[in-house]
Amino acid sequence: MNFDFSDDQKLLKEQVRKFLADKCPTKVVRRVLDGPEAYADEVWKGLVELGVPATGIPEAYGGLGLSPLELCVIAEEIGRAAAPVPFDSSVVLATEAIKLAGSEAQKKKWLPLLAEGKAVGTLAVSEGAQPPRPRNIATTFGGGFLNGKKVPVADGDAATFAIVLAKNGLVIVDLAQKGVTKKRVETIDPARKHAEVTFDGASAELLGTEGDGWNLLERLYDAAAVYFAFSQVGGAEAAMWMACDYALQRQAFGRAIGSYQAIKHKLADCYVKLELARSNAYYGAMMLTDGGADLPLAAAAARIAATDAYDFASKENIQTHGGIGFTWEADTQFHYRRARVMALSLGGPMAWKDKLVTRLEQKNVT
Amino acid sequence: MDFNDTPEEAAFRKEVRAWLDANATRKSDDKASFRARNDDPNLLKKAKEWQAKKAAAGYARMTWPKEFGGRGASPILQVIYQQEESNYLVPLGFFDIGLGMCIPTMMAYASPEHLKRYVKPALHGEEIWCQLFSEPAAGSDVAGIRTRAERDGDAGWVINGQKVWTSGAHYSDYGIIITRTDPNVPKHQGLTMFFLSMKTPGVEVRPIKQMSGGANFNEVFFTNVRIPDSQRLGKVGEGWKAALTTLMNERLAVGLPSGGLDVDELMELARDTDLDDGPAIRNQQVRSKIADWYVQQQGLKLTRYRTLTALSKGQTPGPESSIIKIVAAPKMQDMGAFAMELMGPAGIMKEDVPQAAGFQAQWIGGAGFRIAGGTDEILRNIVAERVLGLPPDVRVDKDVPFNQLGKK
Ligand SMILES: Cc1cc2nc3c(=O)[nH]c(=O)nc-3n(C[C@H](O)[C@H](O)[C@H](O)COP(=O)(O)OP(=O)(O)OC[C@H]3O[C@@H](n4cnc5c(N)ncnc54)[C@H](O)[C@@H]3O)c2cc1C
Repeated sequence: MNFDFSDDQKLLKEQVRKFLADKCPTKVVRRVLDGPEAYADEVWKGLVELGVPATGIPEAYGGLGLSPLELCVIAEEIGRAAAPVPFDSSVVLATEAIKLAGSEAQKKKWLPLLAEGKAVGTLAVSEGAQPPRPRNIATTFGGGFLNGKKVPVADGDAATFAIVLAKNGLVIVDLAQKGVTKKRVETIDPARKHAEVTFDGASAELLGTEGDGWNLLERLYDAAAVYFAFSQVGGAEAAMWMACDYALQRQAFGRAIGSYQAIKHKLADCYVKLELARSNAYYGAMMLTDGGADLPLAAAAARIAATDAYDFASKENIQTHGGIGFTWEADTQFHYRRARVMALSLGGPMAWKDKLVTRLEQKNVT
Repeated sequence: MDFNDTPEEAAFRKEVRAWLDANATRKSDDKASFRARNDDPNLLKKAKEWQAKKAAAGYARMTWPKEFGGRGASPILQVIYQQEESNYLVPLGFFDIGLGMCIPTMMAYASPEHLKRYVKPALHGEEIWCQLFSEPAAGSDVAGIRTRAERDGDAGWVINGQKVWTSGAHYSDYGIIITRTDPNVPKHQGLTMFFLSMKTPGVEVRPIKQMSGGANFNEVFFTNVRIPDSQRLGKVGEGWKAALTTLMNERLAVGLPSGGLDVDELMELARDTDLDDGPAIRNQQVRSKIADWYVQQQGLKLTRYRTLTALSKGQTPGPESSIIKIVAAPKMQDMGAFAMELMGPAGIMKEDVPQAAGFQAQWIGGAGFRIAGGTDEILRNIVAERVLGLPPDVRVDKDVPFNQLGKK
C-alpha cells in the first residue's frame, strides 16, 4: 500500500506553502477584506509565475501536465493561507470545466490563456434567492446569444470569462463585451469578492452538448469537491493551530487556557474531524487521478467531512479566543467567513449527504 | 398543570394590553418595518422616549420598591409585562445592563443620597449605565483584573488602567467599575468596586469594531481618574462580593435574545425554498433540524415557565435557568448557518435575498453570544460545579498574593 503523496508532491506543497507564508500573510487577507481590490493581485501573479494555474492543464495546451494530486496539495496551501485569489473559480472550476467538456477548439483557445494567467475564469450557476435547480434557472442560450442574470458569481468582476449554466446547457462566454454588465455584490466574506453578472444578448458558445448542462455540472462538482476538500482541510488546520497557539499563551485562573479539558477536548475534536477529512480527501484525490469508478462516492465523502471539519475548526477558533476572537481586528474571522462561503458554493452538506447515500445505494446494487 | 394566569395576573395582563395598545404599535407580520426600525439612526433617542413613557406608567421595573419607582410587585407581573410588550414595535436593549445589573448593585451598596440621585434617571431612560469589568488580561477570570485604584488623600481615589469589551460605553453616562486596591493579597481579596461618571476627566472611550461589523463594545482607558470615596460600592477589599451581586443579576438578566429569527422564520424559509424533491419543508433532513431546534426553543420557553411558576408562588427558582444560554447561543449560531445553507449559494448575499441578512446576523451574532456574559465553557463549569456538585478545577492562583502571581 502507498496511500500518500510522493516526495516530489510534498516538495511542491512545501514550495507553495513557503511562497504563501511569505507573500500572503494574514495582513494581505485583511487588505482585501477591508479594501476595494477584487483579489490580491501580487499573490496571484506570484502563483502564476510558480505555474499554479498551469498545473493541471495538459502540455499540449501550454500547461505543465501534472496530475490532480499536484493540484490537491496546492489547494490545501491556498486554503491554509485563506488566500484571496481566484483559485477556486479559475484554476479549479473554469479550468476543469473546459478540460471536461470543451471542444478541441475551445481547449486550444482557453487553456493556454488560463495556464499563463492571461485569462481568469469563473463558474456562474446561481440566480439569486432560490438554490439552483433546473426549474429555477431562467438564463437562456440560443442562436449564439446569452440572456439572463447570475448572482452571486465568485470573482465575477475580476473574471475575464465565465462558464454559465443556461436552461439548455453550459456555455462559455467572454466577459469583456458589450452584452455583459457586472456589479459587485456584498456578501458575508468581503475577502472573497462576488458579483452580479447580467447577460443581455452576449455572444457565447455551448460547452459540451446541448441539454447536457446539469449532467456536466454534476461531474464538474465531483472533481471540484475533491479540490475544495483539500482547501477546506488546509483552512481547518490553520484555524486549529491558531486556536492551539492562543490556548498556550492565554492565561485564565493562573493557568494556560489550553490546560482546561473544555479547551483540550474541543481542540482534540478539531483534530479528529480534520484527520477524518484529510483521509477522505486523499481517497478523493486517488479516485480523481486514476479516473477511478469510485469518484462520485469518494468526492461526496471528502466534501462532507471537509465542510464539517472547517466549519467546526473555524467557529471553535473564535470561541477559544474569547472576546478578542469576536473583533474585526482578529484574524479568526477570515476562516469563519471562508468556511461558510466554501460550504455553500458547490451545494451545501445537506445536498451532498443526499448524493452520498444515493451513490452508496447505486454501488451496492452493482 | 396549566399556563393560566391567576385572576390577579389576568387582570394585570388586560391592563397592560390596554396601555400598550394606547401607546405603541402592535407588531404585524410585516418584518420589513421591524428591520427598518433596527437600522434607524434615531434608535437611541426613541428608546429613551419609550423608556420614559414606560417608567412613568410604572412598568419599567415593577419588582423594585415603590420608593425607586417600582411597584414592589412579584417578578411574574414584570414577566407578563415583557411578554405583552414583545408583541409591539418598541425599541429596547439600551437599558438592560444598567437596570438589570448596575442599578441593582447600587441598591445593594450605594448611599441613600446616591440612590435618590441615580435610580430615577436610570429608570426613566435619561441616563445609561455600563459594566466596566472585563480587561484585556481578565475576562472569564474577572477577579484577575489589574486596573488600580489608589488612595488619593483621605477622601478620594485615583484610578489607572484599562477595561475592554464594555458594551454601550460610548453612549453611557455612568458605569460600575471593579478595581484592584491591594495587590499584596490574593486576587479575590484585593478588589474594590466603585461607580463613576463616564465624563470624569481621564476616562477615554474607544469603540472596538466587532466581527459583525458594528461597534457596540469599547475599550475604556483610565488615566489618573479622580473620584471621591463616596462613590465606593461596598467595603474596601470586598469588591469581589459586590461583583458577584452584579454577576448574579447578569445571570438572571441574560436570558433569551429577543427579536431574532427563530424556528417560525426557519419554517417559513423552508416552505419557500425549492429543493430537488419539492419544497424544503418536505425534506427529511430539514424536518429533522427544525424538530431539534423546536425542541430546544420550546424547552427553553417551558423551562422559563417552571421558573416563573416558582416566582409566582413566591418561591426561589431552581437552578434550571442555568441551561438557557448554553442552549440558546449555539442554537443561534448553528440555525443561522443552516438557514444560509438552505438558501443555496445566495445565502451569502447581504442584500436581495429575503431574510438572508437576518439569518447571517444570527450566525455572526451567535459567535459573540457564546462568549459574552460567561462563555459556553464557563457556564458548563458552573452547572457542573454548583448544580451537580462536582469538584472544582484545581485553582493554582487562589491563595497567592496577586503581585506574586506568575513569579516562582
Ligand atoms: C459581545 C460581547 C459583549 C460584552 N460586553 C461586556 C460588558 O459590557 N462588560 C464587560 O465587563 N465585559 C463584556 N464582555 C466580555 C466578556 O464577559 C468576556 O469576553 C468573557 O467573559 C470571556 O473573557 P475573555 O474574552 O477574556 O476570554 P478568556 O477568559 O480568555 O477565555 C478564552 C477561552 O478560554 C476558555 N476558558 C477560560 N477559563 C476557562 C476554564 N476555567 N475552563 C474552561 N475554559 C475556560 C473560555 O471559555 C474561552 O473559550 C463582552 C463580550 C462580548 C463578546
